[in-house]
Amino acid sequence: MATTHYALIIVGGGPAGLTAGLYAARARMDHLLIEKGAEGGQVLLTDWIDNYPGFPEGISGFELAEKMTAQAKRFELNSMFGNVISMDLSAPVKILKLDNGESLSCDSLIICTGARPRALGVPGEKEFVGKGVSYCATCDAPFYRNLHVAVVGGGNTAVQEAAHLTKFADKVTLIHRRDELRATKIVQEKAFANTKIDFIWNSTVTAVEGKDGVEQLRILNTNGKESTLKVEGIFVLIGVLPNNEMLPLTDLNGDEEGFIPTDCETRTNIPGVMAAGDIRSKEVRQVVNAAGEGATAVLATENYLTNLS
Amino acid sequence: MASDKVQSVSDADFDSVIASDIPCLIDFWAPWCGPCKAIGPVVEALADEYEGRATIYKMNVDENPATPGKFGIRAIPTLILFKSGEKVDQITGAVGKAQLVDLIEKAI
Repeated sequence: MATTHYALIIVGGGPAGLTAGLYAARARMDHLLIEKGAEGGQVLLTDWIDNYPGFPEGISGFELAEKMTAQAKRFELNSMFGNVISMDLSAPVKILKLDNGESLSCDSLIICTGARPRALGVPGEKEFVGKGVSYCATCDAPFYRNLHVAVVGGGNTAVQEAAHLTKFADKVTLIHRRDELRATKIVQEKAFANTKIDFIWNSTVTAVEGKDGVEQLRILNTNGKESTLKVEGIFVLIGVLPNNEMLPLTDLNGDEEGFIPTDCETRTNIPGVMAAGDIRSKEVRQVVNAAGEGATAVLATENYLTNLS
Repeated sequence: MASDKVQSVSDADFDSVIASDIPCLIDFWAPWCGPCKAIGPVVEALADEYEGRATIYKMNVDENPATPGKFGIRAIPTLILFKSGEKVDQITGAVGKAQLVDLIEKAI
């Protein structure tokens, strides 16, 4: 019979989960990492990463994910593909239910389920997903060769991916609700110097319109003025939502937005349950933080398990 | 994983593949697309489960520009379901298995 109980289960295989996996494997812990898609998580959506130390020339998100996975596997990471749909964390032995009907249990759990891109929630957005509305510039930029596209957002992801889009699109219009960008200065400087990028400040998109695909956006300025912008595509890069559907949020004391609070050792309010990476309630969501938190979580878990026995 | 059950299809053999009266799901992908990689295991699992009832193919959009253009594909992964040469429905994005099952069941 296949093993169904582990000392440690890690849910999610992004940078936090893979780092936790690396540390758990090297500590020879009885562990399992469960990933529902491909290892890497949101890193896979990122064109290029220039702020992860150790890669002086930068590295593509795709390659970083592959390297992190290979490194964990070198130390015999035990991983499986599976989709956890619910958890019972009320007893010392934690139970995870998978979508194939199977159950797994563990003494300790590290939640690394991460986050996903947030949608605008305006008319026309859903209808045109895949027909001009995109949440992944890295994936879809090549379909917009010589066209005009809009990017919505003002953070690192939006501004960096706007620059990436100019490799394909003729013109990129960045629409931001404030009068200045939130992105890191060096990312901003590059965008301002890029002649293919123009900016619409203090404005939000109120509707996406078109027939077979996106043709124009309705835009509302904070001064109340309405306008339209003709574009063939719109990239929505306005932050993230937590992947928390499988988590008992009340038991974990989830915050208003659905992220999981922890102490500085990544411990949640449930003994033996840690949270690391983008699912944690925090201000800064960077690959380097996620990796650090994954390591911290395993060390906290080892402490917990030692005291348990 | 029985990845051999998901065959590749090209612009050249596309029409003959979708002409089948057995429902056929085409997964449009590219090597530089992370989310495409993410749904890979799900697509492979479905190919196993639906063996004999539906066939699943992958089309690399880098190597085959004509078909994605014909269907107005602007994002990947996009999965389009065909039966007897006609498009039944499509899904875009790295969706979960349940949504793909719903899609395939529309033609069975």
